[in-house]
Amino acid sequence: MWSLLQIELYKISKRPRTYIAFIAIAGIVLIIQAAFKADPGYLNILLQNVGDTFEVDKGKVINGYFMCYMILNTLLIQVPILVALVAGDAISGEANMGTLRLLLTKPISRAKIIGVKFFASIIYTVALLVFMAILALFLSMAIFGTNDLLVFRAKDTESQILQIMQDDVMWRYLAAFAYAAVALTVIAALALFLSVFAENSIGPIVATVCIVIVCTIISNLNIPIIDKNVRPWLFTSYLVGWKGFFYIAIDADNVPIKGSMENWPAIRNSLLILLAHIGVLFGGAVWFFKRKDILT
Amino acid sequence: MKKISIIIFLFCSIKATAQQDINALLAKAKATIESVNDYKATGRMKTNVAFLKVPIANVSVFFKKPNKLKVKSEKGISFIPKGAVSINLTNLTGINKFTVIDAGTDKIAGKIVRVAKLLPTDDNSDVVLSTVYIDEATSLIKKAKTTTKDNGTYELEMTYGKYASFGLPDKIIFSFNAKDYKLPKGITFDFDDGTAPPATDKLKGRKGRAEITFSNYVINKGVEDVLFK
Repeated sequence: MWSLLQIELYKISKRPRTYIAFIAIAGIVLIIQAAFKADPGYLNILLQNVGDTFEVDKGKVINGYFMCYMILNTLLIQVPILVALVAGDAISGEANMGTLRLLLTKPISRAKIIGVKFFASIIYTVALLVFMAILALFLSMAIFGTNDLLVFRAKDTESQILQIMQDDVMWRYLAAFAYAAVALTVIAALALFLSVFAENSIGPIVATVCIVIVCTIISNLNIPIIDKNVRPWLFTSYLVGWKGFFYIAIDADNVPIKGSMENWPAIRNSLLILLAHIGVLFGGAVWFFKRKDILT
Repeated sequence: MKKISIIIFLFCSIKATAQQDINALLAKAKATIESVNDYKATGRMKTNVAFLKVPIANVSVFFKKPNKLKVKSEKGISFIPKGAVSINLTNLTGINKFTVIDAGTDKIAGKIVRVAKLLPTDDNSDVVLSTVYIDEATSLIKKAKTTTKDNGTYELEMTYGKYASFGLPDKIIFSFNAKDYKLPKGITFDFDDGTAPPATDKLKGRKGRAEITFSNYVINKGVEDVLFK
């Protein structure tokens, strides 16, 4: 099993497309960091007219924790596309190169082969997130320093500014990255599932990207009838669940409670829904792959 | 006719005495406040605005005559209400720039206080009207209400303790109008956890409130100008 995984990881590392995601993430993160360092004007859009009523030290607001939150907010919508680049290639890439039939002549079960490919995709996804954490969190902390984290949130018709004390932030990031790993594994499972049916990599990658884009748009339409009847059934509605770790609970005096989350059951349920998606998609991929007539 | 003239004369005299009294009371309150050239104070500030969920902040307050005032958070990010500059009571009692009207008496925490309305003589002043409530026994300002042209009405309530002899409060409750806060749609991609926003009836009306409880004052020991930058 281990040697199979090593072979898969070796194959992933040898594909140039593997590095596209790392380059894209590095590029976006560095551009955002440079832009905020040069001009923190974006903060005025978020603060709106708060500056009319309160004196706020904007230099303290733009800190490493805030930058990481901003970057994750921007990137975690696009990273699923980058995950699809590798996971969508897992089976179809072999079929395209004509190595799938050869691979299946080995005395290894099809379930094991697809399982290892899925596990390699998860490792790639986690590596991508670790890379993102290093750049978005730790590099931002080095550039902008640390302070309390301000979270800007629109909840139904209300908008809120939540302040999290700096010694209460790091565990939230650890939890958020762990949640993001699960969320992105859903994308990997979807791309792998579609990969089973294709003879070349483009099809499953494009199909995955299209599904993610369409579902994300529907998830964010903010039309009440869709929000109520369609949104709960779309996995993309749960991809942003990592933000739940930053929605701090407040007491009766409107003061945030250190170490708390506003709605842990909602985060837990979202996690379970995502895990169920992984189970169904990966189970489906195994089921179809075992019955697939390999012609190439 | 003679009787009527005497009554009118007496009435005018009484009114004049009352007017003089309120001016004298204000002057006394001002004198107490003006005995402070500068101070440093530490305290805890609790901000309560519907859209703002912020922790209680440890703040330092610096004041230097004539009107330099700075509220700084010791650690972390703080939202200091802009009108908190009214904590500088010297501004409120600058009676040379105001016409003072005696508005009788009122009750604060069961105690009768004198009410003075200060009308600015300068047409360009941002302040439209200031109402100050003065405890006659101690000559301390217990409450001040200021209506401005641009920023609505501010209210300041003071509770005095061991620094009362300097006219410095142990606790200040500052009420102000907070403008509505609305994020542009689609900017945050928020996680909808399916719950309705909490009821905020008691905070509605866009009223904000900040409470500073002072724990320590260092008075007339000098404050460096650099602290006000």
